[in-house]
Amino acid sequence: MALFSGLSDKLNHIFSKLTKHGKLTELEIKTAMREVRIALLEADVNISVVKEFVAKVSERAVGQEILKSLSPTQQVIKIVNEELIALMGSTNSKLTFTNPPTVIMMAGLQGAGKTTLVGKLGLMLKKQGRKPLLVACDVYRPAAINQLKVVGEKAGCTVFEKGQGNPVKIAKEGVAYAKSYGFDTVIIDTAGRLQIDEQLMQELEDIKAEVNPAEILLVVDSMTGQVAVEVANTFNKRLEVTGLVLTKLDGDTRGGATLSMKAVTGKPIKFCSVGEKLGDLEPFYPDRMANRILGMGDVLSLIEKAQEAVTEEQAKKMEKKFRENSFTLDDYLTQFETMNKMGGIKDVLAMLPGMGGKFKIREEDIDEKQMLRTKAIIQSMTMYERENPSVINSSRKNRIAKGSGTTIQEVNRLLKQFEQTKQMMKQMKNNRMFRF
Amino acid sequence: MGLFSKLKAVLTKTRDGVGKKLNEIFAKDKLGEDFYDQLEDLLISSDVSVKTTMEIVDEIRETAIKEKCKDKDYVVELLKSELYDTINYADALEVKSPAVIMVVGVNGVGKTTTIGKLANKFVKEGKSVTIAAADTFRAAASDQLSVWAERAKVRIIKHSEGADASAVVFDAIESAKARNTDVLIIDTAGRLHVKTNLMEELKKMDRVVKREYPNANYYKLIALDATTGQNAYNQVEVFNQAVGIDGIILTKLDGTAKGGFIISLSYELEVPVVYVGTGEKIDDIEDFDANEFIEAMF
Ligand SMILES: Nc1nc2c(ncn2[C@@H]2O[C@H](COP(=O)(O)OP(=O)(O)OP(=O)(O)O)[C@@H](O)[C@H]2O)c(=O)[nH]1
Ligand SMILES: [Mg+2]
Repeated sequence: MALFSGLSDKLNHIFSKLTKHGKLTELEIKTAMREVRIALLEADVNISVVKEFVAKVSERAVGQEILKSLSPTQQVIKIVNEELIALMGSTNSKLTFTNPPTVIMMAGLQGAGKTTLVGKLGLMLKKQGRKPLLVACDVYRPAAINQLKVVGEKAGCTVFEKGQGNPVKIAKEGVAYAKSYGFDTVIIDTAGRLQIDEQLMQELEDIKAEVNPAEILLVVDSMTGQVAVEVANTFNKRLEVTGLVLTKLDGDTRGGATLSMKAVTGKPIKFCSVGEKLGDLEPFYPDRMANRILGMGDVLSLIEKAQEAVTEEQAKKMEKKFRENSFTLDDYLTQFETMNKMGGIKDVLAMLPGMGGKFKIREEDIDEKQMLRTKAIIQSMTMYERENPSVINSSRKNRIAKGSGTTIQEVNRLLKQFEQTKQMMKQMKNNRMFRF
Repeated sequence: MGLFSKLKAVLTKTRDGVGKKLNEIFAKDKLGEDFYDQLEDLLISSDVSVKTTMEIVDEIRETAIKEKCKDKDYVVELLKSELYDTINYADALEVKSPAVIMVVGVNGVGKTTTIGKLANKFVKEGKSVTIAAADTFRAAASDQLSVWAERAKVRIIKHSEGADASAVVFDAIESAKARNTDVLIIDTAGRLHVKTNLMEELKKMDRVVKREYPNANYYKLIALDATTGQNAYNQVEVFNQAVGIDGIILTKLDGTAKGGFIISLSYELEVPVVYVGTGEKIDDIEDFDANEFIEAMF
């Protein structure tokens, strides 16, 4: 398995010929953007949204000075990532509450996960001290009402149902019931429907007109493909939805539909549904979603941290050492200190997709106390020894162990680790994601 | 099949000629870079993967160049023919009695609804049918299936919610064997393919079928929602690894999504589409027709 999958690998390849610092040329940007386009399409972002997005990113990237602390790949990814977050992010992701009862209405295609979401929201609001009433307006799907009843019972919420009656009437009666019995929130479950089903879309408009919801949540399966744009657009045009909810994010979809829907509706993503249990409801984090769409693990936060922790001079020096393979124990020490600045080696390693598995990092290697001992050992070596570890014979080891208050075994272990790290560096050298 | 005979086969199958979208393409450009770009966009918009799209369009383009072709109609037919060949490699599914059909898939794709439709279809063909409510997990799942059993007038075997799914399968098999039922259809709980414990549960059900009913013709079908994007590939791949998939049921084709991922799937996995779902009513199921499927994309 490659250290970094997907987009960054491809970008690394494109930029591998670019050695000297300077401006990113238009041709380089163009080639890079081709890869960005493919990555987004593979993540199911709608093709027209991709086109606009890529145009915007290239505009920003052309003529940008290459930062010394970042490789061109890192820089392009940084811009892409920032634009993704800017596009998907929103401060307005809280639910709006009106004079009681606040009405929240669900809308979406068949099988999106509306009924389960009604239960989850009910539970969440109940925990916040509210008193929600769940109203069963899916009168079409067999046993949908029963499903809501079971879900409602699990969430400890009252369910209002009138069998297979007229959904508009049931919604209206549900709200009246809530008023009479002191429920401060009404959550209306509706039947799934195709956005091209004129009759059923009209029904939603009628429910809306009847109960005047404070929130109309468009519930969308995160695995949705290109059609997400059309679906979100139609539902939004007809209902003026107030927010989006993504479901089934506990799967392995890249979730590009999020970007598509946000781009065409401009509506905030209010929640993410991440499991079948009623507690599996989370707020939306634009940065996590951006990483997911790009298939990047947390490489991006690593980029940020590296930027903060490493001065340009240091980065340059270190890179030269990697290139010349003249990495010494002294550098090893500096590197440890950098890692510490970046939040500890544990954090750093955890952020690298595929790292843990590839280099078999044991718990003891990432023990931060252990690192202090490592530091002590290296500091007990002479400069000559640090630059030429091969000269460290057993009498030298003895001295170093005594000087650092450690044992010969520990010194041996460190020397072995250093060799391994050197090997690892050799591999990373070919990967410009790393520059510290 | 040579290119020309391929083309002829498709041309004779084409019912309503070139669609609206392509007319737009024709209006805009002459045969050139843009033309092929738009062909690519057309496929990508239908959820064909980028990789497959580029491969297919490149191939078509090379053929066109080699043949010094300047006729867009011809190139489009060439493309359709290529797509058709990609997905049309299996005969219609013939369900031989005694049969066990297990329907699997991720949450909400249309498994239970499809089972209702299939039960009805087999009854109409004169077969005796039993359905097993082995989704013991989702709220009211067996109630939902019971409604379909009533509509199709078939027997249903169910346990209470939370019961062991494999136990339902076991009982259903006993019952089907005792009554010489032609077709036993098993509904399973929707599960995301990344959940290893749920996939293990599925494997257990699969083992029960094989062990308890070795002489049955056993078909495992995966339901895929046409609105899905590239994740459909992962779904088929993982379910296929777990229990071995014999065919795909492509649901919700009455919507506007085209289900183009089927083309990329067929490029790499040999799992044919056998049925398509075209609505929520009991008759809204059809055998897969590769030509109709391709035409719908254009
Ligand atoms: N428009 C349309 N809707 C469909 C089709 N097939 C199923 N549905 C609807 O999709 C929704 C989910 O269908 P189910 O049959 O409950 O799906 P499932 O896969 O059994 O769902 P779980 O058991 O919850 O995982 C229901 O509202 C169905 O009516 C179809 O071909 N077209
Ligand atoms: Mg079901």
